[in-house]
Amino acid sequence: MSLATDNSAFSPAAAELAYLAGPREFFSLLKPRVMSLVVLTALAGILIAPHGVHPVVGFAALTAIAIGAGASGALNMWWDADIDARMARTRLRAVPSGLIAPREALGFGLTLSLLSVLTLALIANLLAAALLAFTIFYYVVIYTMWLKRLTPQNIVIGGAAGALPPIVGCAAASGGVSWDSIWLFAIIFMWTPPHFWALALVKARDYERVGVPMMPNAKGPDRTRLEILVYSLLLAPLGLVPWFTGVGGWLYGAAALVLGLGFCLYAARVYQVRDGVDANKRAMALFGFSIVYLFALFGLLVIEHGFGLLARWGL
Amino acid sequence: MNAVTPDPSGGLTPKQLRNRRLRNIAIGLAVGFVAVMFYAITIVKMTPGLMKGTP
Repeated sequence: MSLATDNSAFSPAAAELAYLAGPREFFSLLKPRVMSLVVLTALAGILIAPHGVHPVVGFAALTAIAIGAGASGALNMWWDADIDARMARTRLRAVPSGLIAPREALGFGLTLSLLSVLTLALIANLLAAALLAFTIFYYVVIYTMWLKRLTPQNIVIGGAAGALPPIVGCAAASGGVSWDSIWLFAIIFMWTPPHFWALALVKARDYERVGVPMMPNAKGPDRTRLEILVYSLLLAPLGLVPWFTGVGGWLYGAAALVLGLGFCLYAARVYQVRDGVDANKRAMALFGFSIVYLFALFGLLVIEHGFGLLARWGL
Repeated sequence: MNAVTPDPSGGLTPKQLRNRRLRNIAIGLAVGFVAVMFYAITIVKMTPGLMKGTP
């Protein structure tokens, strides 16, 4: 018999839970796919900053921003574990599946939040650190704890948190917030509703079952389709602004034009067909295309600025 | 095992022990990465003119 089983205070179930998860499960708490988008958009913010930054400092700042974003994802999963457990899309996440105890996710998220903000303050500046802290607070408290279960506009208002990384990146690199970074914020902000509502159209029953008022189950799929179309029509010209202001070169401008038109086309196809399997297929097609759209636009900005194409080619 | 000799596994299953070891390694690597990163940043910030470099 081991000492552990002799100890009356010892709980085998608790120990099982405490050590069940490996690094992979903890990494999944950071929402790696969302984090990859944060890395790309923050990198764009760093590269378009008016004053250049040393690559080592830029890399460290980018790492801190990515960890901060991941930490907010962990805190989101801690708070939302009750509804995640009842939704098909999220029930296998580490917390609802029992691989990681809620208190572990909370501790993990809080620790990484604190470390990422402190690191950014030390290696970059206080403005960038304050903006990162505000981003985490906004995502966890304003969006996750308050708005998500309160209003169908949750994604619209909460989307600001996901749109802030270019501004944080710009602040980390230059110590200030430029108009260029604000335009990048606006693009992500306008992109978020049609991106997420396309998915919500397909998963509306899940959201309804857990009582989250997403647009399709709160206002109806028709209203959602209309709003998706309106936001897409606003997003397409907005995507061209960095080209007009000179932040994006011809590569970016051409891509923003073509992909913007494509975005509107996909949104129009979602608006047209409202029933049956084809409606869901079109919604998922828009969801997939929206990811390509944002990755392509910010990826091209990174390529143009990162490789000095603007200066080299006189674009 | 008797009550005098502690069970080194703490009553955990082989999978739990493996995960605990992997977690310890991951934490060690993360701490090492942060140390190297701060060392590099310190060198960069201490070198005059180096901060003006652009990526």
